[in-house]
Amino acid sequence: MTNALEIEGLTKTYGDGFQALKGIDLHVAEGDFFALLGPNGAGKSTTLGIVCSLVNKTAGKVRVFGYDTDTHLSDAKLNLGVVPQEFNFNQFEKVFDIVTTQAGYYGIPLKQASASAEKYLKKLGLWDKRNTPARMLSGGMKRRLMIARALVHEPKLLILDEPTAGVDIELRRSMWTFLEEMNRQGTTIILTTHYLEEAEALCRNIAIIDHGKILKHTSKKALLQQLSRETFVLDTEKTLDSAPELNGFPTRLDAEGALEVEVEKGQGLNQVFVELERLGIKVVSMRTKANRLEELFIRMVEENAESSKAVEGAA
Amino acid sequence: MTPHALFTAFSTIVVREIRRFTRIWAQTLLPPAVTMTLYFIIFGNLIGSRIGEMGGFDYMSFIVPGLIMMAVITSSYANVVSSFFSMKFQRSIEELLVSPVPNWVILAGYVCGGMARGLGIGLIVTLLSLAFTRLSIHNLPMMVLTVFLTSALFALGGFINAMLATKFDDISIVPTFVLTPLTYLGGVFYSIDLLPGFWQGVSMANPILYMVNGFRYGILGVSDVNPFVSLGMILVFISVLAFIALRMLERGKGIRH
Repeated sequence: MTNALEIEGLTKTYGDGFQALKGIDLHVAEGDFFALLGPNGAGKSTTLGIVCSLVNKTAGKVRVFGYDTDTHLSDAKLNLGVVPQEFNFNQFEKVFDIVTTQAGYYGIPLKQASASAEKYLKKLGLWDKRNTPARMLSGGMKRRLMIARALVHEPKLLILDEPTAGVDIELRRSMWTFLEEMNRQGTTIILTTHYLEEAEALCRNIAIIDHGKILKHTSKKALLQQLSRETFVLDTEKTLDSAPELNGFPTRLDAEGALEVEVEKGQGLNQVFVELERLGIKVVSMRTKANRLEELFIRMVEENAESSKAVEGAA
Repeated sequence: MTPHALFTAFSTIVVREIRRFTRIWAQTLLPPAVTMTLYFIIFGNLIGSRIGEMGGFDYMSFIVPGLIMMAVITSSYANVVSSFFSMKFQRSIEELLVSPVPNWVILAGYVCGGMARGLGIGLIVTLLSLAFTRLSIHNLPMMVLTVFLTSALFALGGFINAMLATKFDDISIVPTFVLTPLTYLGGVFYSIDLLPGFWQGVSMANPILYMVNGFRYGILGVSDVNPFVSLGMILVFISVLAFIALRMLERGKGIRH
């Protein structure tokens, strides 16, 4: 299968000498729903900026559906749709004009552009606002407008940089449904997000980037299998004065007095309840402390920070 | 992109530019009309009647071509510099940068957008001038060619200014401190024959003098310089500025990190 995106040895050094990318390699298969995760300043937006030609690369290769951006930039761009992190449309233009103008930049005649704009504005619940100047829209509507604009030329690869930042939960869920539908219909999707719950819910493959290096590039399933320990939070019927000692399970009380139990991979949760039963502690509800991917993400980033410090110290 | 797709992209940029300046017509179309009407009344009618003839024509007829050209120059420049810089400022330039539109189409689209405003203003000012004087055209091709090329040249200048600008102050420096003095000293209100020899020589180094005189030749048939030299100079300037603008776009000067 063709790769929707191939990145080889990509480096970026900004004018002030800051090295944002240190030779990253990445590939995203056609039809994938891919997440690029990393803390602030890790290099996510720089990577996507280079792919979309908003940022000049220092070295390396980028190919979109096989089209090298150095030699076939126009073909590469025809296959790309971009939803940036920040609002970047003319706030004074009307919603419909913004979308059809974008289609025009891709060489789509006005009649066809209007039909496509109508299709996506309707799908994203913005059709009623088509004659409204963009500045009058709410934050969530502006995000959806950028998605409609990115899709108007029917790209095969859709790149979304923090698409649900600042969006309420209900709208976020509806955007997830929309993106899942797009992906099912064949659009390859790459997203960066701070909501790891979002990546866990939507994506099949994940790369974690930090300090301009790819720390992990694998399937979500394989990544989650690496999770050796999970923390469960148990609300007990009676408030506990101190954390009970459970055989084989480290415990502690959180700030609200709920019981936190760490469970290693391979250990059964049943055994936790057997232990609690033995101590006469009744559990009324249970949840995981953080979502699984978040736990893994934080661990990897922390480990990378520690190893970076060690390297600096050695130097 | 196919030639048809390229034309669609080009016309999209031009239409968007026209939509922009017509949407804010009170800022873009009305002020030059008012200013030029005041020039016609004050310099043409009130003061001009005391000045008498210049270049063999009454003063009003003499200044009309220069004033039309002045309006075309400032409007062509202002349209591109303000529109492109606003796009940079709002980051909506990214809409164009992520699309497959080639740089030369982007440049051509903006230049034609600037020309649409510049020539539109030129037409408005010409129509207004008819209320004050009778216009006869001496050489139509020369007149049309000069005004079109001059408009293109200053639209290109506005584009380069916008590429280099990093704040709003930067887009008013050139119009205020370069364009306005050069236009006023470019033979709009007088023939350089009135100047002492030294200042005549200095005036010959002002490119706007050639454009104003080339256009005046097209309308009145009189000029301080050879109109064909004027056309040649404008073409050379266009070539140089277009080359610079394309290089800047290619490098992403001020628009790509």
